[in-house]
Amino acid sequence: VELCPISPLSFSPKQAICAMSRSSSSILDRPLGRSAGRSPDGSVVSLSAFAYVYSELVQYHQGRAASISELERRLESAGYGVGLKVLEMTAYRAKETKRETRLMSILHFVSASVWKALFGKAADSLERSIDHTDEFMIIDYEPLASTFVSVPPDLGQLSADAYVSGIIAGVLDGAGFSARVTAHSVTVEEGEYTKQGGNSMPGLPPRKDKAVFLVKFSPEVLSRDAALER
Amino acid sequence: MSAPVLFVIVGKNEPLFEAEIDTHSSVGAPGQNDLSTRQNYFVLHSALDLVEKSAWTTNSMYLRVVDKVNHQQVSTFLTAANVKFMLLHGGKGEEVVKNFFNEVYGYYVKLSMNPFYKYDTPITSKAFEARVRAAARAYLS
Repeated sequence: VELCPISPLSFSPKQAICAMSRSSSSILDRPLGRSAGRSPDGSVVSLSAFAYVYSELVQYHQGRAASISELERRLESAGYGVGLKVLEMTAYRAKETKRETRLMSILHFVSASVWKALFGKAADSLERSIDHTDEFMIIDYEPLASTFVSVPPDLGQLSADAYVSGIIAGVLDGAGFSARVTAHSVTVEEGEYTKQGGNSMPGLPPRKDKAVFLVKFSPEVLSRDAALER
Repeated sequence: MSAPVLFVIVGKNEPLFEAEIDTHSSVGAPGQNDLSTRQNYFVLHSALDLVEKSAWTTNSMYLRVVDKVNHQQVSTFLTAANVKFMLLHGGKGEEVVKNFFNEVYGYYVKLSMNPFYKYDTPITSKAFEARVRAAARAYLS
């Protein structure tokens, strides 16, 4: 997997990722920030810093994985732990002492609140699959993790956003909705999406592929949700 | 005069944190007699079934009193990731218990942000324990 960062971009405030700062006092004393998606002093992480670290992560796992699906699984499990923590953090910062107990509400929580906390904007759309009642799709036209990644042809269908699908799986699993989440890179049709407000990534050509995160829930989650419906 | 309160954090499979807090003494909990301690743990653990049952029927985090045994009540708080905070107490007010849970919730979220803390594993941080005890003394006495 090659990586071609253009120049160290200083990131735009829209691409905010939860930052954790080091300190000499106990972490239990540091403020956690009560506004959703932002650290208390408004500081954010630079996109290029994330891109460099992520590229190392991918290269590390690629050296150890024997196959494409194993690489994907490793990236997903790397994201899983992040998902568990993001769930607690985002729920806490949202101030309401409410948990999600229904399928649709947890999906909205993921596509809106979690996306905002991680990427600075809500996911572009949430869809339900027509053929399978247990499948849903979260679509992002500018997926962050694969911004500077070009996948060579011998890695086939691998999506660098496997890390993000691991995060989603961690959030869903932690909340009690176990699901299998996979990332797919789909070409954007002509005229399917026009960017409002200009290119959010100045200096780069518009993305040709959108990321589709396919979420497939386990049967017991669906039956529990159906039972709650009554 | 009052019995100590028992506070337990339960994850998916096992208790992650336990503290028996004597809210009326100025030092940490002195030894209580073993039998009632064991009984208390038993009562708390048997209340887990009731917690599971009511977990999916409401979407608030604070579950109020889920069980009453003898003169003691079990109150529960559920975090977004379904980690259960349970308190066995002898009839403290709702608001008081809710504030205590909210404070411990804040500490728990901060603790879980630590990259060295793996989710759903026992909590061994002394700082966390000290803060939970301080919060209990502040809110529950």
